[in-house]
Amino acid sequence: MSAQPQIKLTEAENALLAAYTEQVGDLPGNGDVLIARDRLITDIKTRGLPTRRVEAWHYTDLRNLLRQVPANANGDVEALAPLISGSAVFTLENGKVAAKAKAEGVTVRRIETMLADGSGAFLMSPRGDDDAVGRINGGFLRDGLEIAVADGAALAEPIELQVLHSGGQSHARFVVTVGAGASAQIVERQQGNGASAALVSSVSELTLKSGAEVSWIIVQEQGVSDTHFGQINFRLEKDAKLKLFIVNAGGKLVRQEVHGVTLGEGADFTFRVVNLLGGESHTDVTMTLGHDVPETTSTEIVRNVVFDKASGVFQGQIRVAPDAQKTDARMACNTLLLSEEADFSTKPELEIFADDVQCAHGATVADIDRNHLYYLMARGIPERRARGLLVQAFVAEVIEELDDAPLVEALEAVIEGWLERHGN
Amino acid sequence: MLEIRNLHARIAEDGTEIIRGLNLTVKAGEVAAIMGPNGSGKSTLSYILSGREDYEVTEGDILYNGESILELDPAERAAKGIFLAFQYPVEIPGVATMQFLKVALNEQRKQRGEAELTTPDFMKRVKDAAAHLKIAPEMLRRPLNVGFSGGEKKRAEILQMALLEPKLCILDETDSGLDIDALKIVSDGVNALRSPDRAVIVITHYQRLLEHIVPDTVHVLYKGQIIKSGDKSLALELEANGYADVIEAAA
Repeated sequence: MSAQPQIKLTEAENALLAAYTEQVGDLPGNGDVLIARDRLITDIKTRGLPTRRVEAWHYTDLRNLLRQVPANANGDVEALAPLISGSAVFTLENGKVAAKAKAEGVTVRRIETMLADGSGAFLMSPRGDDDAVGRINGGFLRDGLEIAVADGAALAEPIELQVLHSGGQSHARFVVTVGAGASAQIVERQQGNGASAALVSSVSELTLKSGAEVSWIIVQEQGVSDTHFGQINFRLEKDAKLKLFIVNAGGKLVRQEVHGVTLGEGADFTFRVVNLLGGESHTDVTMTLGHDVPETTSTEIVRNVVFDKASGVFQGQIRVAPDAQKTDARMACNTLLLSEEADFSTKPELEIFADDVQCAHGATVADIDRNHLYYLMARGIPERRARGLLVQAFVAEVIEELDDAPLVEALEAVIEGWLERHGN
Repeated sequence: MLEIRNLHARIAEDGTEIIRGLNLTVKAGEVAAIMGPNGSGKSTLSYILSGREDYEVTEGDILYNGESILELDPAERAAKGIFLAFQYPVEIPGVATMQFLKVALNEQRKQRGEAELTTPDFMKRVKDAAAHLKIAPEMLRRPLNVGFSGGEKKRAEILQMALLEPKLCILDETDSGLDIDALKIVSDGVNALRSPDRAVIVITHYQRLLEHIVPDTVHVLYKGQIIKSGDKSLALELEANGYADVIEAAA
């Protein structure tokens, strides 16, 4: 990470460094945190943002794609009604905690406090050399929440994390631990008021203790000129089950990373993504999953709907460790390309070092089925509406799998709304 | 109600001519049967009437209530009251049957300038029509036609027809794949829709369906033309003697 020749920085890189110099005086943190922040920003300064020559960023040339870094904004953010009524809502506005609900079995601490007293210094370690998201987030991090769900607690209502902004920069962190045998549903909403361009980063560290069961749903609805960097890092202990569900329905430049490991037998990871891409946006979902121990399972299904000149990427890497026998992992990526200029790249990677495993991946690309379209139109449904129904049908299969009526309904409304704004 | 004049049509993709100078008139209140051997153009005719874009009309015209419908897309034709019950209804995973029915009904109503149905009104209509066709509520909770048996698909088509209340119903080999009980249910469903302001075109290979849906007129389609027309006795004659005699006489 050190002693590299200085490179010529881009406008956006210079703006990032300038923003850091400007903000560092009032970013929270003790000495250790400050030193760590400096190191993260120095990394960006010496090597620049990743280009396509960096394997993990091959399809998202961040150095060229990130053109501008907006100045900080402090405008008003309107509160959102929770996706599922009755949820315990925690709100971050422009990167700072603005509202904290109370929920039985849940203890909460502000990241700002942890940075100030130095107990949050560990949050400043990047994942590795390629971790541009972690560096930007760590460098500028102001606040966020540490949330612990007690052992055995079965949360009656979902926790909703609202990460809202009014343009400008906001950088948030969540550290969530779900205790042994506990269960929780967590909805993460990433949204702005669309007033001006934003640069948003949000990183979550999630640990599921043995036997914990969690559904984590990310609904990303950033504005058409926003840059969104998301990252979720998870660890699954014995018999823990995580369902991670992502709907990308916004943003100009989006990179959503998912990095996980299974640490105990019987752990299961269910990953579902719906990417709704339109305009001239670029959306990258990159997943790395380590089946590190025997007898763990995962399924990954990514459904992409691509309109206009939008482009998308799914990188899915599954590593099966040498002694991780009886691993069962299945990955699929299906894309509906709805314009000549739409584009989607899929890169599945299986690295299997054990011999008694089941691993599969598949990818399909299609247009709307003309027979389906004709059938619907023959019943009097005009073409535009018929296409909308078929696009919805393509992603509905994945949504309905959640098997939770209020959640399915809420997500279908998000999808319908997006299609109404972007459809055909 | 329907007047087909010297219709010539071909497959858009490869230019193969299928309909070669077809003339046919069907009046309101009439049930017309179209019979003919395999490959005579029966299904093609039904697709062309519904507006499927895989076919090109090269000559002639199709008048519906005196107006040409050639420029209308399938949705516009449906909204005007033309309904095709498919020989092979397509399965559409992810589209719920009830949602489909509701959207179809309301989109047609919108195109005709009528108010949309309220949900209770819609539910009642579906429930009543489904009961008549012995369609179980479970079937309606599945995605459109997905996992339906051949007979269930045909009944679902007739259910759609009953709900949409079209003026011109075209049944394309609705009897194929039906056992005798299902045939009876489907035929009763069609007969219930017979009315003086509605016409039905029944396309079939066999006399069997016509015992249940008794036609006013019978037309023999061969090589893209109507080569003989008659009353219901013509169907019996075809059943007894096959198409060879009629074809020979027309040659």
